[in-house]
Amino acid sequence: MAFRVKKHVKPEIEIPTASLADIVFLLLIFFLVSTSMNPDSGLGLTLPPLGEEVKINPENILNIFVNEEGKILIDESIVELSDVKNIVKEKIAANDKLIVSVQTAQKASYKMMIDVLDEVKLANAPRISLATPQF
Amino acid sequence: MKIGQKSKVSSKIPTASIADIVFLLLIFFITVSVFKEYVGLQVKLPPAKATQKIETKRLVSYIWISKDKEICIDDMPGLHLAGIRPIISQKVSENPAIIVSIRADEKVQYGYVAEVMEKLKEANALRVNFATTSEREGG
Repeated sequence: MAFRVKKHVKPEIEIPTASLADIVFLLLIFFLVSTSMNPDSGLGLTLPPLGEEVKINPENILNIFVNEEGKILIDESIVELSDVKNIVKEKIAANDKLIVSVQTAQKASYKMMIDVLDEVKLANAPRISLATPQF
Repeated sequence: MKIGQKSKVSSKIPTASIADIVFLLLIFFITVSVFKEYVGLQVKLPPAKATQKIETKRLVSYIWISKDKEICIDDMPGLHLAGIRPIISQKVSENPAIIVSIRADEKVQYGYVAEVMEKLKEANALRVNFATTSEREGG
């Protein structure tokens, strides 16, 4: 009796990788589409901690008052919004310890306060404080 | 004279590395994408020129203030002033470097925004950002 020993044929084990790229492309496209690339933008500010009252030399404070009609008052004179930047710049050049205090009336609109804050930011004021006038 | 036979240049673009490149891109986009996008409230943001971008989107929490004085924090609408502090306090304890982006309507009264900021101070969320639409300087 012819007895043939079965020859072990080594089966070729291979994971098909041809479609891998396609799958990864699909995922890539999904993430590309779902990623929103426009970062939030705005005017950043750090608030002072609660209950911290620091006495500041009044000479180092520049008060900018904004009333409910959008009128802007710096140093007891009414100024236009477009002039705020230059005034603040001059004041900072004269005194680098200057704190710009934007005092907006309760009833003034948020936009007015942002307009003024924007101008102050454009003047590169290092220290800005926000307040509502008490009177 | 023998004419030089043109040897066939194999014109195959190697595609073996495509998968690797695409994987790299994929990993980039997975790490960059942030999935939480909130609907918020309908507000018209004020324009500003000195806008800065917030690079770290993961740190940002949003507060919407509509012109009807409605408040919405991230995915929680219909809040009032008193409801801000506990929510923000919890967010601050989870993530002390939080940035609160105030998205207030340009018509809302400043006094109300100031009150909201007061609540943020109480909750110890000191980094705020007034969301604005960017406007080109001089444009």
